Amino acid sequence: MRRENTIANMDWLTVLMYLLLVFFGWLSIYSASSDEEVVNVFDFSQRYGKQIVWIGLALLLAVVILIIDAQFFSAFSYIIYFSILLLLMAVLLFGKTVAGSKSWIDLGSLSIQPAEFAKFATALALYRYLSSINTNIQRLKTKLVSVVIITLPALLILLQNDTGSALVYAAFVLVLYREGISGAFIVVGVFAALLFILTLLFGEVWVSAGVTVIAVLLFALFKKMRKRIKPLLAGMLFSIVFVFSVNYAYENVLATHQKKRINVMLGIEKDPSGAGYNVNQSKIAIGSGGLKGKGFRKGMLTRYHFVPEQTTDFIFCTVGEEWGFAGTSTIILLFVFFLIRLIVLAERQKSHFSRIYGYAVASIFFFHFAVNIGMTIGLAPVVGIPLPFFSYGGSSLWAFTILLFIFIKQDANRLNLL
Amino acid sequence: MGIFILIGLVFMIRLYFLQVTDNRYQHTAENIVLRYVTQYPARGRIKDRHGELLVFNNAAYDLMVIPRQVKAHDTALLCRMLGIDREEYEKQLQKAMHYSYYKPSVFARQISKSDGGLIGEELYRFPGFYLQTRTLREYPRPIAAHLLGSIGEVGKKEIEKDPYYRTGDYIGKSGIEKYYENDLHGKKGMKVLAVDVHNREKGSYQDGRYDTLAVPGKDIFISLDADLQSYGEQLMQNKKGSIVAIEPGTGEILAMVTSPGYDPNMLVGRKRSENYRALRDDTLKPLLNRAISGTYPPGSTFKMINALIALQEKAIRPQTKFNCMGPLSAPIKCTHNHKSPLNLEEAITQSCNPYFWNTFKSTLNKPGDVKQGFENWHRDVVSLGFGTKFNTDIPYEVSGNIPSRAYFDKLYRGSWNALTVRSLSIGQGEILVTPIQLANLVAVIANKGFYYPPHLLRKIEGKEGFPEKFTRKQVSTIEAKHFDIVQKSMLDVFEGQHGTARWYKMDSITQCGKTGTVQNPHGEDHSLFIAFAPLENPQIAITVIVENAGFGSTWAAPIASLMIEKYLTGEVKRKGIEQRMLESDLIHGEKEKTDNN
Repeated sequence: MRRENTIANMDWLTVLMYLLLVFFGWLSIYSASSDEEVVNVFDFSQRYGKQIVWIGLALLLAVVILIIDAQFFSAFSYIIYFSILLLLMAVLLFGKTVAGSKSWIDLGSLSIQPAEFAKFATALALYRYLSSINTNIQRLKTKLVSVVIITLPALLILLQNDTGSALVYAAFVLVLYREGISGAFIVVGVFAALLFILTLLFGEVWVSAGVTVIAVLLFALFKKMRKRIKPLLAGMLFSIVFVFSVNYAYENVLATHQKKRINVMLGIEKDPSGAGYNVNQSKIAIGSGGLKGKGFRKGMLTRYHFVPEQTTDFIFCTVGEEWGFAGTSTIILLFVFFLIRLIVLAERQKSHFSRIYGYAVASIFFFHFAVNIGMTIGLAPVVGIPLPFFSYGGSSLWAFTILLFIFIKQDANRLNLL
Repeated sequence: MGIFILIGLVFMIRLYFLQVTDNRYQHTAENIVLRYVTQYPARGRIKDRHGELLVFNNAAYDLMVIPRQVKAHDTALLCRMLGIDREEYEKQLQKAMHYSYYKPSVFARQISKSDGGLIGEELYRFPGFYLQTRTLREYPRPIAAHLLGSIGEVGKKEIEKDPYYRTGDYIGKSGIEKYYENDLHGKKGMKVLAVDVHNREKGSYQDGRYDTLAVPGKDIFISLDADLQSYGEQLMQNKKGSIVAIEPGTGEILAMVTSPGYDPNMLVGRKRSENYRALRDDTLKPLLNRAISGTYPPGSTFKMINALIALQEKAIRPQTKFNCMGPLSAPIKCTHNHKSPLNLEEAITQSCNPYFWNTFKSTLNKPGDVKQGFENWHRDVVSLGFGTKFNTDIPYEVSGNIPSRAYFDKLYRGSWNALTVRSLSIGQGEILVTPIQLANLVAVIANKGFYYPPHLLRKIEGKEGFPEKFTRKQVSTIEAKHFDIVQKSMLDVFEGQHGTARWYKMDSITQCGKTGTVQNPHGEDHSLFIAFAPLENPQIAITVIVENAGFGSTWAAPIASLMIEKYLTGEVKRKGIEQRMLESDLIHGEKEKTDNN
């Protein structure tokens, strides 16, 4: 009975969008990775062939998740979380290095990337912890433990030299926000990021001057502010100290290639053959698509390998080049609807647990979506993270599928919990 | 939820600008993916009047480089194969990178077929380099370098002037190659290939829909007689000077020799610039085409002009006699020992200076106003082709100088008469002429009063019509009847008892000529001779000038006569004269003398 229940209560709209995204993803991989005129779709030595296998296995995983008892993931969340942490440590010891990141475990003919799976494990652990009875996000202890749950895998991934994946964990801040952490954290975070960028662009002195001017203006224009002279002053001073520490942090903490990527994105540095090469080529490919695109399998730049990582991180270029603005806006709309749908689902959850998890899922997808597409069109620095369901690769597809379907299962089960 | 929509919106706006409004990316994309391979047409060949090949093409290669694709390689091996040093290697690579990081540029040019083959086999070791087929000019006979000219890479100005040319293209730099560049170069084609990021060709773009075929250049037949030209060059070797031979009936140039010259093959291929520098710096000026760029006082050859003008202006009649007092004559003395008084015919044959001084004076004084007389004289001289350019098809022609009335008015502040400008009567003074102008004068005499502008072009293969300027008959102010006596006196130069070229008379051909021994301020007299033959039906009009060689009858006359024999009979039977001309060295002997001192 329960199974029928699941099928009946499942949110088929989400599943449909998932299938559409996966399908479009495969089409893009097929187009980008098939050089020859005549191709065998089931040629498993090619990426488009392999991806069919990965998709098949992902669907199988989805079905398995739907069959398993909904309580399973809640019950085993910590175990899954700690196993993944162990796996991440194992990667550091035995992993193989691909493209500068030591993040792969070689299992004979198959390599998997534990960092991908760590996302859903973290989401599970976080939701398990926050939904337990004796936690309250307003309490310091809860905050600290939440932060530890998030940062532990992030740190391990950072050690693997996979900065992009580690950054995804910043997405969990959104979850915490939904669960009651003060909005001030986010405001401060965004403000700090803004200061960071402005400092790199215009130098410490100008930004400090700007901060001072804003503070004086606030003080002069708003009566309310006059009563809060102390916090205003403190904020200003902190900002200035922060601004002056930016350069130090920038010079000493970030690696050269990371600095370069940031510089290229901010337009400080023009280097179309080095760090900016990927972005430049990517922009050319997308830009050359025009309104309607060049047509399926007609994208010269993506098919002839002018865009690096064209089946993985830069898969969006194929969409842009072959389907034009019509294609890219369709995919973006699809993603936006998908994300909104996830939030709608999360909000209708009766259990705390499911809701937190739902937000975590949406946040992770959102982060990937925003950063990946952002970098292909030059709006975000190049960090190597995949576009969910689109990018080639078993690990990411499976991890995203698991992440999503655990939530779909929770959602289908929401009535049972009553 | 708001943030999702916001980011989605931001992305879509950005994409709209990127994809729809900004079409800069489309162009960039095309340039990256499509390789436009220029199909160079074969340059037209150049043949002589009998169809003998003078210039043809030989396969050669340019080594191209795309800096972006260059990876570490065995630099030493590449340098060795190209015969360049490390410094040159760096220089070329820097140059290529300066031009474009992505686009190919020429790394080493004009590599011979065999060298290119060797490099081609090793090319896999040098990523980023590839060979492009080009053509090299080749000259089966080392003759007529100045006329044929050479090709070289286009310069910036040439590219600006004509958008047909692209950096690295070749263009005619001198001679026929330059003048008929548009007919010779053909039309470049373009092959559009799709390439991948490794620059591997992925085949024709859209089945070659955008390809254009190269159109080969047109072959050009020039009026030169290769055998005569070659013979002339041999006769002139080790002498300074030039020969110009014209077919009087058409103005076609049969031979044009300048000496010292050079082998046209020297200015081909990778040695071009090195050799060019050497030739440019040579004190004997081998790059100068003396036949059209060299100016000389015409000396005694000009006496015939003054005779013709005097007859035309009715200043004298053929029977008119003047006295000659030999070395005692005034204002111009005569060094030729002959009878006195003498008539016009005798005066030409004997080259009597006082006779022509009197003739000139009569011409100028005829209208009663010496300046009007001078203007008539000037008009007549110019009508014979002097003082202006023919605008022929050999670049770098100069106009020489026939002084004008205005010039003398200014020089002598208006106060001058025949006596003041007396040097003009014997072809000295301010008069400067080029060898081609003198050859043309002979043609006018042979034609009895007209000429066609001298030119090299005979036919452009596959092109209708002929430049009108070469077929426009130029009629001089001298009436035909006045030429008989001049022709007869020129015949006497060879056939007469006292003729100055009587040693070079031939029984089979009636030659007509006139010697000139030209005083010049730079050293010994120039030896000058003009001639045409045969008298009855002139086929060849010729000028020979041998610089600083002394009497016209010693050097220029035999050379002219041998050229006439060669052209009209095909072979030279007077081996003795030929041998003397071939063996004499009027340059290096002098040099050695000074060296020894």
